[in-house]
Amino acid sequence: MSRSTLSRFVLPLLGLGLVLVVWTALSQTVAPDLPSPVKTWAESRRYVLQPFFKDGEMNQGIGRLAAYSLLRVGKGYLLALLIGTPIGFMLGLSRKFYDTFDPIIQFLRPISPLAWLPLGLVIFRQSEPAAVFTIALCAMWPTVINTAVGVRSISQDHLNVGRVLRLSRFRMLTKIIVPASMPYVFTGYRLSLGLAWFVIVASEMLTGTPGVGGFLWQEYNSLVYSHIILSVITIGAIGFLLDRLMGLIEARLKAV
Amino acid sequence: MPYLDVRAVEKSFVTPRGVTRVLGGASLTLDEGEFVAIVGYSGSGKTTLISLIAGLLTPDAGAIVLDGAPVTAPGPERGIVFQQYSLLPWMTVRDNVALAVDAVDAGLPAAERARRADELVALVGLTAAAGKRPRELSGGMRQRVAVARGLAMRPKVLLMDEPFSALDALTRARLQDELLAIWMARRTTVVMVTNDVDEAILLADRIYPMTPGPGAVLGPPIDVGLPRPRERRHMSLAPAYQKVRQVIVEFLRTCRRER
Repeated sequence: MSRSTLSRFVLPLLGLGLVLVVWTALSQTVAPDLPSPVKTWAESRRYVLQPFFKDGEMNQGIGRLAAYSLLRVGKGYLLALLIGTPIGFMLGLSRKFYDTFDPIIQFLRPISPLAWLPLGLVIFRQSEPAAVFTIALCAMWPTVINTAVGVRSISQDHLNVGRVLRLSRFRMLTKIIVPASMPYVFTGYRLSLGLAWFVIVASEMLTGTPGVGGFLWQEYNSLVYSHIILSVITIGAIGFLLDRLMGLIEARLKAV
Repeated sequence: MPYLDVRAVEKSFVTPRGVTRVLGGASLTLDEGEFVAIVGYSGSGKTTLISLIAGLLTPDAGAIVLDGAPVTAPGPERGIVFQQYSLLPWMTVRDNVALAVDAVDAGLPAAERARRADELVALVGLTAAAGKRPRELSGGMRQRVAVARGLAMRPKVLLMDEPFSALDALTRARLQDELLAIWMARRTTVVMVTNDVDEAILLADRIYPMTPGPGAVLGPPIDVGLPRPRERRHMSLAPAYQKVRQVIVEFLRTCRRER
């Protein structure tokens, strides 16, 4: 067996197996309310095997729920990029803008989604825009900060080319500053997407909107604990896939 | 009145370890169509001097006048070929050149600008690689692109900052020959900075030796006086070549000993 088969397939499967064993052991001993892997699968199979059934607002296949969540995250994420990218560029380009807003940004950045959500509900009076608002506000910061760092780390040589050519502000931006900072900006986009997905559970839990996070919270209240695990696994799988996808795009971008 | 007049420029930099006086009143003059080289040890302040002429830096004292106009800011009439090429990695060879053409010839119709860019890419022999990005090119090819971009600026004076120093000896010799041919055809006014005495003699009409820093100045210029067109093969045997070489090397050596 070659080393790469070992490290790419055998060892990860071994790890997964170990986790399942520990999970089973825990459910048999210290945590009797924790559904075992077998029980989880038995109670979840309909949701997985018919991912798009719909019996009611909160009782739907996992594919449907995931789609709601993805759409919501998509909206919030897009909003985060639309707001975060220009702020990042301005922070990177203008020392004055930086001095004015950096302290506020550093202050707002660590605030948890749980803190923003009630405020969103107060402002929008509806759960859906409040959830999107929360996602956007939490996911924005990596984009803001990476864009600013990207702009500030553009090589002086490249800027000198623009200066010697006396490029207009606009052309300086489109021909040099934006393309030069693109790899950083995209790293920001990738981290932001991770955060946006991270926040989905909190925002759906508190707003009770249909989606993976809302489903998780509802099934907790209905005492169907296996569905909590189903939701957790779904969230993890989708988060992993999103990150991989962004990783692929990023690699292509950096190859330029 | 000389075409380019650099009068007693001084430049110091503030570093964490105090103030470093790099240039202590360097002067040089240049006529239109002339090729002048500045030769000196690495780190003596040659790049600083080129940056001052380019307008990328501002002198602490002294003045720089090109064709009657004082230099206060960078501009394409002082086109520059940077030591590290400074090509934009996200653009193709052609786009790197076209960026300069579009900036300098903004008044021309697009088709005419496109033709100029293609012409310049062809001039440096890169038509086949026009669609490639800098990372796909060898060092010599990259520097050719940088030369094409410098020429695209239609400079009154083309500034070259150790343009071939990062290349291997064979590539360097080839690019020198190519530059010589391009210069013979165009007679662009050139100021080139180099640490290679032979390169300076091969290419330049006059050579200014630069004393080692800190507080570097330029020594009295030496006329090369070798007939053009020059050919590398025969040149090193010419008595004039030996003489110029000896004067420069002697000057630089004396400066170093006195420090």
